[in-house]
Amino acid sequence: MKRSVIELWVGLFVVAGLVALGVLAFKVGNLSGTDIRDTYAVTAHFDNIGGLSAKAPVTLAGVRIGRVSGIKIDSDNYRAVVELSIDRKYDNLPLDTSASILTQGLLGAQYVGVEPGADEEYLKNGSQIEITQSAIVLEQMLGQFLFGQAQGDK
Amino acid sequence: MNALQSLGGWTLDSVQRWGRAAVFLGQILLNIPSVIVRFRLAVVQVFSVGVLTLIIILVSGLFVGMVLGLQGYNTLVDFGAESSLGLVVALSLTRELGPVLTALLFAGRAGSALTAEIGLMKATEQLAAMEMMAVDPVSRVIAPRFVAGFLSMPLLAALFTAIGIWGGHLVGVGVLGVDSGQYWTAMQNGVDVYDDVLNGVIKSVVFGFVVTWIAVFEGHDATPTSEGVSRATTRTVVNASLAVLGLDFVLTSLMFD
Repeated sequence: MKRSVIELWVGLFVVAGLVALGVLAFKVGNLSGTDIRDTYAVTAHFDNIGGLSAKAPVTLAGVRIGRVSGIKIDSDNYRAVVELSIDRKYDNLPLDTSASILTQGLLGAQYVGVEPGADEEYLKNGSQIEITQSAIVLEQMLGQFLFGQAQGDK
Repeated sequence: MNALQSLGGWTLDSVQRWGRAAVFLGQILLNIPSVIVRFRLAVVQVFSVGVLTLIIILVSGLFVGMVLGLQGYNTLVDFGAESSLGLVVALSLTRELGPVLTALLFAGRAGSALTAEIGLMKATEQLAAMEMMAVDPVSRVIAPRFVAGFLSMPLLAALFTAIGIWGGHLVGVGVLGVDSGQYWTAMQNGVDVYDDVLNGVIKSVVFGFVVTWIAVFEGHDATPTSEGVSRATTRTVVNASLAVLGLDFVLTSLMFD
């Protein structure tokens, strides 16, 4: 085969391979899309975070506005401290915004839903969300329900 | 006594082979600058190593993706979770199947060809003739092939993965009726560019390095007879496949804990 044909094929191959890499990065991995880079961090204390894990979405009215960037335990009061990274575009959340841990569907992944309050001042980097609602643990609820049934039977 | 002696002989032989392979790799790496200077040598090799492997990679990728779509759907639909089909297909392909299957096919298609070619060059004393003319066969013959294999593998793996995801889409959305938007959204929410895509690319680079190294070494180390070359070719495919599978386990346990 002629050299120029070979080089043409190699060029095509390299371009196709790089395009495939680009597709993997942008279309499959979503490098450009919803990945939020410029964020500010707020913390929220919960009694029980259920199955929440790092990188879980933070949503406002169902729209993703950030993600969970860290989970640790406050050793003073044994509560879970969840750090939320929220997109700087949404820097007008009132100070009395509440956060609750919700589940997508009945058995889906858990995420943090925030509900804006009415305060004049806004949350900023390092502030703490005071009003929180813990995750609903299905086993506990079932336990309580069964316990209640047994009590009622007496 | 005899058994002990043969065990000792076998041990010495394999240690020597490992040593030769390592020295050979060192020689190749030292000769990489000369390949960059005469890059056309490598381009011609990218054609025979990469472009000619394209067809089998694309066809296998398409079918693997289609089968993943079919099997994934059948399992997921029992849990009403068929909207996660895109995520299942994309994660299996980017993390494991893309790099590993590409490397296995690459060893079978390109690695065996490299070994046979270099082995025959040795058997017909072409390599010796080059040395007589003061042309270093490692820099002229081996190193360009090594660079070509090393460069082609990640590109082939990316093509395999991309077309596999498309194949999964073809079956899942086209035939089984998963929503196209859900297919892509589940994938984009679940696949991380660094954790999944980049780690897959790193895997394919490592596999390309190892498979090409084994292929050129076996060719260069072959007994210069017809039988020796055929044995070397077989050894390339077997050893390279085993190396890929073993390394994949190690890399996976390091990357995804």
